[in-house]
Amino acid sequence: MKLTLKIWRQNGANDKGHFKSYDVVANEEMSFLEMLDVLNEELINRKEEPVVFDHDCREGICGACSMVINGKPHGPLRKTTTCQLHMRHFKDGDTIHVEPYRAKAFPVIKDLMVDRTAFDRVIQTGGYISVNTGGAQDANNIPIAQSIAEKSMDAAACIGCGACVAACPNGAAMLFVSAKLNHLNLLPQGEVEKLERTHKMIDRMEKEGFGACSNIGACEVECPKDIQLINIARMNRWYFSSAFAGDQ
Amino acid sequence: MEIKWKIGDELKGNVPPGPLDQKWNKYKDKQKLVAPNNKRNVEIIVIGTGLAGGGAAAALGELGYIVKCFTFHDSPRRAHSIAAQGGINAAKNYQNDGDTIYRLFYDTIKGGDYRSRESNVHRLAEASVDIIDHCVATGVPFARDYGGLLENRSFGGVQVKRTFYARGQTGQQLLLATYQSLNRQIAKGTVTMYNRHEMVDLVKIDGEARGVIVRNLLTGKLERYGAHAVVLATGGYGNLYYLSTNAMNSNASAAWKAVKRGAYMANPCYVQIHPTCIPESGEYQSKLTLMSESLRNDGRVWVPWKEDDVQAIRNKSKQPKDIPEDRRDYFLERMYPAFGNLVPRDVAARAIKKVCDEGRGVNATGRAVFLDFEDAIMRYGKSEAHQQGLSNPDKSTIRSLGEKIVEAKYGNLFEMYEKITGVDPYHTPMMIYPAVHYTMGGLWVDYNVQTNIPGLFAIGECNFSDHGANRLGASALMQGLADGFFVIPYTITNYLADKIKVPKADINHPAFEEAEKSTRERFEKLLSIQGNQSIESLHRKLGKIMWNLAGISRTAENLSKAVEEIRALRKEFWEDVYVPGSMDEYNPELEKANRVADFLELGELLATDAFHRNESCGGHYREEFKTEEGEPLRMDDEFAYIAAWEWPNTNEEPILHKEDLNFEVVKPTTRSYK
Amino acid sequence: MSWLSNFLTSAIGRKLVMSLTGLFLIVFLLIHLTGNIMILIPDEGASFSGFVEAMESNPVIKVMSIVLILGFVIHIIQGILLYFKNRHSKGGKYAVIAKDNATWASKNMALLGTIIFLFLIIHFMDFFIPMKVLKEYGHHQLYHKVIAAFQNPVYVVLYVIGMISLGFHLAHGFQSAFQTLGVNNEKYSPFIKKLGMLYSIIVPLLFALIPVVVFLTHQK
Repeated sequence: MKLTLKIWRQNGANDKGHFKSYDVVANEEMSFLEMLDVLNEELINRKEEPVVFDHDCREGICGACSMVINGKPHGPLRKTTTCQLHMRHFKDGDTIHVEPYRAKAFPVIKDLMVDRTAFDRVIQTGGYISVNTGGAQDANNIPIAQSIAEKSMDAAACIGCGACVAACPNGAAMLFVSAKLNHLNLLPQGEVEKLERTHKMIDRMEKEGFGACSNIGACEVECPKDIQLINIARMNRWYFSSAFAGDQ
Repeated sequence: MEIKWKIGDELKGNVPPGPLDQKWNKYKDKQKLVAPNNKRNVEIIVIGTGLAGGGAAAALGELGYIVKCFTFHDSPRRAHSIAAQGGINAAKNYQNDGDTIYRLFYDTIKGGDYRSRESNVHRLAEASVDIIDHCVATGVPFARDYGGLLENRSFGGVQVKRTFYARGQTGQQLLLATYQSLNRQIAKGTVTMYNRHEMVDLVKIDGEARGVIVRNLLTGKLERYGAHAVVLATGGYGNLYYLSTNAMNSNASAAWKAVKRGAYMANPCYVQIHPTCIPESGEYQSKLTLMSESLRNDGRVWVPWKEDDVQAIRNKSKQPKDIPEDRRDYFLERMYPAFGNLVPRDVAARAIKKVCDEGRGVNATGRAVFLDFEDAIMRYGKSEAHQQGLSNPDKSTIRSLGEKIVEAKYGNLFEMYEKITGVDPYHTPMMIYPAVHYTMGGLWVDYNVQTNIPGLFAIGECNFSDHGANRLGASALMQGLADGFFVIPYTITNYLADKIKVPKADINHPAFEEAEKSTRERFEKLLSIQGNQSIESLHRKLGKIMWNLAGISRTAENLSKAVEEIRALRKEFWEDVYVPGSMDEYNPELEKANRVADFLELGELLATDAFHRNESCGGHYREEFKTEEGEPLRMDDEFAYIAAWEWPNTNEEPILHKEDLNFEVVKPTTRSYK
Repeated sequence: MSWLSNFLTSAIGRKLVMSLTGLFLIVFLLIHLTGNIMILIPDEGASFSGFVEAMESNPVIKVMSIVLILGFVIHIIQGILLYFKNRHSKGGKYAVIAKDNATWASKNMALLGTIIFLFLIIHFMDFFIPMKVLKEYGHHQLYHKVIAAFQNPVYVVLYVIGMISLGFHLAHGFQSAFQTLGVNNEKYSPFIKKLGMLYSIIVPLLFALIPVVVFLTHQK
């Protein structure tokens, strides 16, 4: 299949950036990234600069791949990362726009690669359970209802790719932050620091320049791991508790 | 071509004395400690942020050391531990099915085909129990039963249920818990994190590891970092084969730089080929995707008996379901009745290769077999219908009930399979084929997980220590966490206790100057070649040599051919590679070139090791050494040792250092899964 | 009280204010509609005037009308602040606009709010300001003023546009308010979503019906 790619080329955060057009011959069994590999190999053979993009595991779990394909983070297929998107979902002759995530908190480093360390900094403020190695009691001492463990797991499935932020017209990171809060706050082990964790992470999220949620829901739709808006609702409740609790 | 090597001094594993099950506790009783006020002056460098590296950095930070942690990723959360699907073993015996620490130890030794050090493996089994407690405390949402207690499943090569799991994303959940603990230390300031920094050389001062040269990948700048000890947790070298289940950026360069500074590489020929991966679909293929071993709990592996059925399936005139039962060969069940589809990975991989070599592979390339869930779907469906009190349910009701159960167990794996292949595995059996997955070999370490270079430690997949010649499923996560959280915090302290008076490393020392200079020259050389071949294409060539000549089954002839071809390719690489861009910028091609150049040396060492080991054991199968039934034949009299290789200089003969394996508790026997 | 100002200026705090004022305005709309519907009763405005009379003489309503205006003002100010905060957080536009990942209304609440605001200005200039601020006429005359105003087709069209905007604004706003409050669960959310949808169709429809019916039935 023959495709026309319009790829965003930008040399560093201060460059203005522009779309450049490339023709590439792909095959239906290829993944989207393998198609870009083919393009890059051609560019290298022509001694042109290859297109830069983040990628690693190519199994949809590391969260490294991050581009926006035809206006959608990770492309048209739901619950799918770019690396798991295969070319059989495109047609011969298609023109495909490929561009980086666009959000204030995710500055472009080069071409399709953005800086997502803001996520790490949010986690650093409280996205953990404060226990040191070695002091844990037996793992079966605290039973956890299966439904609670499952809800926690639903949220914990987040791969930190940032598609939620990219999809959000407000550049908000509420889905990401709420996923981590739900993962930890729902578990009895994480309950201890629940309100403090909620408060600190949300505070940091705002300082990083992420926007406010207006319940548009594009994040939920574009999330490759199907993280649900219900996590944001629960986060809000915890945030209200942390703001209004009298004895903190 | 003749492959030559020299024999060097014998190695000692520094295993503490005493009965096996008391060694580790005795070690901890007697080891040297560093007081809290001194820890604040001692620096440690950790390379890598997977389960081992991230765990070590977090645990050492908790202890109060000054930790500098490096990853080439944009975030520590991306390390490839994240991709492990199936689970983590631990001798908790929550299922009351007879599991003990000894049994986990024994299974691991046996699974490793009696090629690992007993003391290390026993310590691993002991730590497994603490790991689960620790993980639950740090918020890993493991699967639970209705009573809220932890659930287990079984895995290949064992007869108890001891595998803890979080859906098909166990590695992800364990890595995230580790990453979170690491972030807690970063926030506290005990760990300084360097993202997008790749280690490009090791710095030794007076024979001890005292620092690293690191390339800031964004700016291309070479930076120097000093410490009292360096911990490598940089994973395995599976990408040597180009196609593997490893992540695209997984590489062996950090470990190989250590080898070039004098560290020994142990048992590089022990490569695990995982039986259940999605088959290759074309030349452009960039990596292979694993389908978790847990699928073999319920999936049945088969190929048709008859040539005409094979042809019909290949040309799609017949669907797999059109082949009647009596014309299917469930070959794992036939060959290994006791363990059936759940035989260890090496055994399953060889069996699959065997039936495909017989011309019974079921896809166009002839390199695929079926993994069929029809029986499991119907079995679960019947049981579910019974539980729901349905009388005489029809077949489609049973099937849809069964599909739901299978979906609950393996839903995400089935989804992944469908995304990649476009085929729905609920109705058409999966096609699978073996692929390189894990490397048991790695840097030689003693009981302290210290390499032969004082102050240089290696943990996780990066070392060779715990899995012998073959790793059991769900044991990689166990080893990574054990080494990182529960072993190195003790053993490195024992080493550092003697270093509290040593001043911080001076990064202006001539050793740093020399290391930075030689690294710069190497990069400049790579950039100056300006040849005609892309790095990717050269890497692909190397992968083909390795897979064809040093893959699932090996012969002395093929291995010597491999060495010859690798040497030729190495020459070709250094004369004709094209690396675009410059050194002082973000240049992923240059990173790749550096890594492939290292693979081109490590590949030769792997083939040499495989050539020298005149026996078949675990992941290393030599066709010359097999029983009459075609099962691998171990040569315990000659090869019950660890082969640790010194690589003095490329184009010089490597030097073999042997460490004898002494089995005090387990008696090596023929590994049988029949 | 710094905790309160911190909360109220936080992203979620602002959203809570939007949500509570929004729900308050939603309740107000019902009362407003109850009165307006009486215009359609063919009794020459007797019921309508009676309702207006009752409202005007009720001290609770008097207090509430101040609260109501405050509600509007806060809702609008917070909305504007959020709009600019979010515009700042957004990194730029994509070359292709994804259409199927969210409703149009949810992405255009600020635009819809602006249209409603413009409508409100006209609406206030027509009735609220002349009657309540300038005291140009008493509330008993309101019925005739309304009937007279809706003779003008331009007004009718403006009102209909205003009400369509309100409908879309509510279609997202109603259920969004509950989500912000943290009410999102398997039990109640489907009901809330359906109720919100019904509300945002029926209420604006009835509001819009009044000028249309008046226009059609009171032709000179």
